[in-house]
Amino acid sequence: MHVPDGFISAPWSLATGVVAAGAVALALRGARRELDDRTAPLAGLVATFVFAGQMVNFPVAAGTSGHLLGGALAAVLVGPWTATLCLTVVLLVQALLFADGGLTALGTNVILMGVIGVWVGYAVFRLTARAMTAAATRHRPLVPLAAGVGAFVSVPAAAAGFALLFAVGGTAPIALSTLLSAMVGVHLAIGVGEAVITALVVGSVLAVRPDLVHGARGLLPTRTLVSHAEAVS
Amino acid sequence: MGAEHGHQLHVHGDSPLHRMAAHHKVLLVVGFVLLIVATPAGTFWPYAVHATLLIGAVALSRVPPAYLARRMVVEVPFVVFALWLPFVATGPRMEVAGLSLSEAGLVAAGGLLAKGTLGVLTALLLAATTDVRDLLEGLRRLRMPAALVEIMGFMVRYLDVVGGELRRMRVALLSRGFDPRSPRHWPVLARALGALFVRSYERGERVHLAMVSRGYRPQASRR
Repeated sequence: MHVPDGFISAPWSLATGVVAAGAVALALRGARRELDDRTAPLAGLVATFVFAGQMVNFPVAAGTSGHLLGGALAAVLVGPWTATLCLTVVLLVQALLFADGGLTALGTNVILMGVIGVWVGYAVFRLTARAMTAAATRHRPLVPLAAGVGAFVSVPAAAAGFALLFAVGGTAPIALSTLLSAMVGVHLAIGVGEAVITALVVGSVLAVRPDLVHGARGLLPTRTLVSHAEAVS
Repeated sequence: MGAEHGHQLHVHGDSPLHRMAAHHKVLLVVGFVLLIVATPAGTFWPYAVHATLLIGAVALSRVPPAYLARRMVVEVPFVVFALWLPFVATGPRMEVAGLSLSEAGLVAAGGLLAKGTLGVLTALLLAATTDVRDLLEGLRRLRMPAALVEIMGFMVRYLDVVGGELRRMRVALLSRGFDPRSPRHWPVLARALGALFVRSYERGERVHLAMVSRGYRPQASRR
């Protein structure tokens, strides 16, 4: 999924870089709202978690394996602004220290995974969660399910984003429909894996620390803290 | 888990490239890669010049070429994409060994492979010759937002810690009969990842408290 150098022409690489820089500037402001003064250490650790999560491979059809993109997962767990920031830092570290994803393609990768992957995933998650809460009374299993749906849509959405970008700024003449169907087709399969893993991870975090799941705020029944101790003055 | 963490790709050494200031190196590398990307496909000599320059730089850095070659595997998925192009690209077609291939697609695929490979090699060389702290300092000098540099610093600092945690979880899972290739074990994998998230997040909270208790003030109020 990491676009290397040379896939997108130089002018379009610069253009995506400018757009990505703008998106990151917005994310920096938004993340401060989500995390206040804890932004730096928490976003750093969440970025590390996303990086580690991307190292986990899961088998996709026909012997190939995909790895987690983590955009939707991060958005549900820590909120979309922080997720964009975390994905950006992950991509930055991967490009600079691991040569994974081209340096000139950094803007492209940030737009595809950090913006499209995160925000499409998050939007679908919110919509699904809202539709489900309206239809059901038991809320708890809905959040992981909605997260899975968000993750499932986010992967082919990012792939479609790549296809569109390659059609306008790519370096090879190829019909958009061919590229779009191939990219989306392959990534639907990866999306299934992403969806299952995302749903299960969100479910397991909800079971242990439901307060940490940003996307579940307002969806889970609130539990009030009951204290039987005397107040100390 | 000592204080000194080199990252995995860094090759300790002393050469003009190791000594060069990180912000100069980053600028040079980005400029060079942009130049590679801007080179039109279908020509040969500019790529030969780029490759010669790059090989000269590798020789100068005294990073073992075999080491760099092994790390080139990161580009495999896109080699597959490039090989697929000639079959589906538009334009006049030609016969090669009984296969009908698009001429423009072949040229483009060659260009992609050349640019991708040179780009990966350049980035690998930067990673191999630059210490993380120097890199962060260099990015700060290049006016990357301070908050972003700080987050990146935390990520790099805890990369090995969280990576080690994941590795130990994997060993524990494998020794209990976990099969990473089976989708039936996805729930186990997901619970491990969930635990990893909770641990990472709680570590972040502890780090933040430790920082605050030592007088750390958040970005907004600084300067």
